[in-house]
Amino acid sequence: MTAIASSSIKKDKAFRSFLPYLYLLPAFVVLGIITFYPLIFQVIISFSDFSTKDLMLQLRSPKLNWIGFQNYIDIITGGLPVQNFNFVRVLSYNFWWAITNVILHVPAGVLIANLMNIKGIWFKRIYRAIYVLPVVIPPIVIGTVWRNIYDEQYGAFNRLLTDISLLFGGNPIHTRWLLDINPPIPWLLPTGGLPNAYYAMMIANFWLGWPFMVLVATGALQSIPKELYEAAAIDGASKSKQFWNITVPLLQPAMIPAAVYGFTLSFNLFNFVYFLSGGGPNRMTELLVTFAYDLVRNLRLYGAAGAFAVIIFVVALVIFLITNKVTKATESYI
Amino acid sequence: MRSSEKGNFLVRFLNKDTANSSNTSEQLPLWRQLVIQLLCLVIVAEVMFPIMYIVTLSLSSKSNRPSALELFPKEISFVAFQQVLDRPTANPITFVELLRNSFLVSISVGLVSLLIAVSAAYAFSRFKFKLRTVLMVLVFIPLLMPAVGLSTPLFLLMNSLQVKVCTSGITAFYPFVKCDPINTGRVLFNLRDSLIGVGIAMVSTALPFAVWNLKGYLDTIPKELEEAAYIDGADANQTFFQIVLPLALPQLAVTFFIGFIGHWQEFVLPWLFLTQPKDYTLAMTLYNMTGQYANSIPWNRFAAMAIIVALPVALVFVALQKQIVNGLTSGGVKG
Repeated sequence: MTAIASSSIKKDKAFRSFLPYLYLLPAFVVLGIITFYPLIFQVIISFSDFSTKDLMLQLRSPKLNWIGFQNYIDIITGGLPVQNFNFVRVLSYNFWWAITNVILHVPAGVLIANLMNIKGIWFKRIYRAIYVLPVVIPPIVIGTVWRNIYDEQYGAFNRLLTDISLLFGGNPIHTRWLLDINPPIPWLLPTGGLPNAYYAMMIANFWLGWPFMVLVATGALQSIPKELYEAAAIDGASKSKQFWNITVPLLQPAMIPAAVYGFTLSFNLFNFVYFLSGGGPNRMTELLVTFAYDLVRNLRLYGAAGAFAVIIFVVALVIFLITNKVTKATESYI
Repeated sequence: MRSSEKGNFLVRFLNKDTANSSNTSEQLPLWRQLVIQLLCLVIVAEVMFPIMYIVTLSLSSKSNRPSALELFPKEISFVAFQQVLDRPTANPITFVELLRNSFLVSISVGLVSLLIAVSAAYAFSRFKFKLRTVLMVLVFIPLLMPAVGLSTPLFLLMNSLQVKVCTSGITAFYPFVKCDPINTGRVLFNLRDSLIGVGIAMVSTALPFAVWNLKGYLDTIPKELEEAAYIDGADANQTFFQIVLPLALPQLAVTFFIGFIGHWQEFVLPWLFLTQPKDYTLAMTLYNMTGQYANSIPWNRFAAMAIIVALPVALVFVALQKQIVNGLTSGGVKG
């Protein structure tokens, strides 16, 4: 298209350089009002002690105190009037949570997609329809139901484990999945081990996460030319060799963006975490988003919440710049 | 040993997979078929475990907390469904009104963000200009920024747009015309406390996603078509409306549905913004049922409501499965 532009007359050229901005105008007017203005507002109130008393008059409120970087310092050093909050721990947990989820979901998705891609399996369509179900259930329902599944007394999970344990002559299981604060593997992370709730949520989120990866991998598998496998078979490559040398490399262009997408989904998995563990026990499974919600909804520390939103923004920007290097999403098509 | 599937019409129907319909009549040995079937069934069990739990609960006539592991309904009673349809909440709002509110919000959020996003996506996909990368980063950031992070300023912004009847009888349009500071008057309309306000707030996350998603798809449309149109004398606007838009139609539909699905289930913003029961949505009702303690949840009604809320989304997703996935991943996949 640039070639054409250069060959056309000058007036047209001037118009064309102006045109993209015209196409962008509606989106940026809307985003300016409902996204960028709120972001700037958050930055402004993050330097104040904005709270319920200031809601009526907002920035004109006489009671509003400008406290400089105090909110940021409080968040990072744990000076907020909030129990059990340690910023570094929440941040590192948030990354750990998102990464470990993706590491489990992507290979599971690829393997199951390959399984479903074997020619001549019975009931393939039924399986495919069933496997997509976790994606379509509202997160509130998923969170609440899994919370109940993990209940120490009534929960389905302990009952299932008890049934299995009794079968082998063991004892009834009464694990406190969501409430126990003692980490089963204390040396797991430099900030200390993670409670049972983390493993419980990993299991529940595994249930939720792999079906999407299967969808993506299935689409990508079907675009791999069959001739490649036939040629490899003629050359005497075994099935596992074909998998590692044909399937895996050719799935990569589809799976990397999907993994990045899955990472950001898990990173900000608000509904699921909020309803399953509520960030507990003792905020040990708190994500940045669930804590931000807590600051606004329950603690009503709007100034601190503003500072926290700015911090989330910076973290998001860093993640975006890194993942953009991988997926090249902003790269020009032309 | 060959399996006898060839003669079985049902099996052949179920196996019919359009994407794999090459004519190689290679068949699996029966023992491998059985091993794979076993694996598939294990995965089915894993997937169905919580789902059967919900289904069993919804078909129970008792609202108390399930105390045993029941994955298959012992009784089939539609009491819970009936109760939820008759009187979904303690508030004076009917099921039909909840359904209408949910549909109104999610359809308009999907449509509005789509209409605004498509031209922006076209600009990012087809033009080279100075601020391109900067502007794209600006559009992408809200995607990573959760809606919760912007909720306070959005709340205050929407809350400042009000229509009041002052005690002096004048109708005031805040923030432009105000009542006397002493006589505050009666609120006729508050943008924050309305479905329109909630919808606008939701667009703040739906719009960047739509731009990103559509841009990825537009990148896959061969530009030769537009070059041909250009040679035939079409200007940029004509190519956009007459060539690019029609070609992007399937993706427009998919982007709309993804927006629809996401906001059908959204409850955080409505919950923070809305106060009048007449504006409540289905997802809010579901949230309303999940109290602080598991014992206070009316489990059978919660499960029935969960199924009702999930159903439209499930149907759309299963029907458009392939397109939705292509749409979500095309952003990064380039040939």
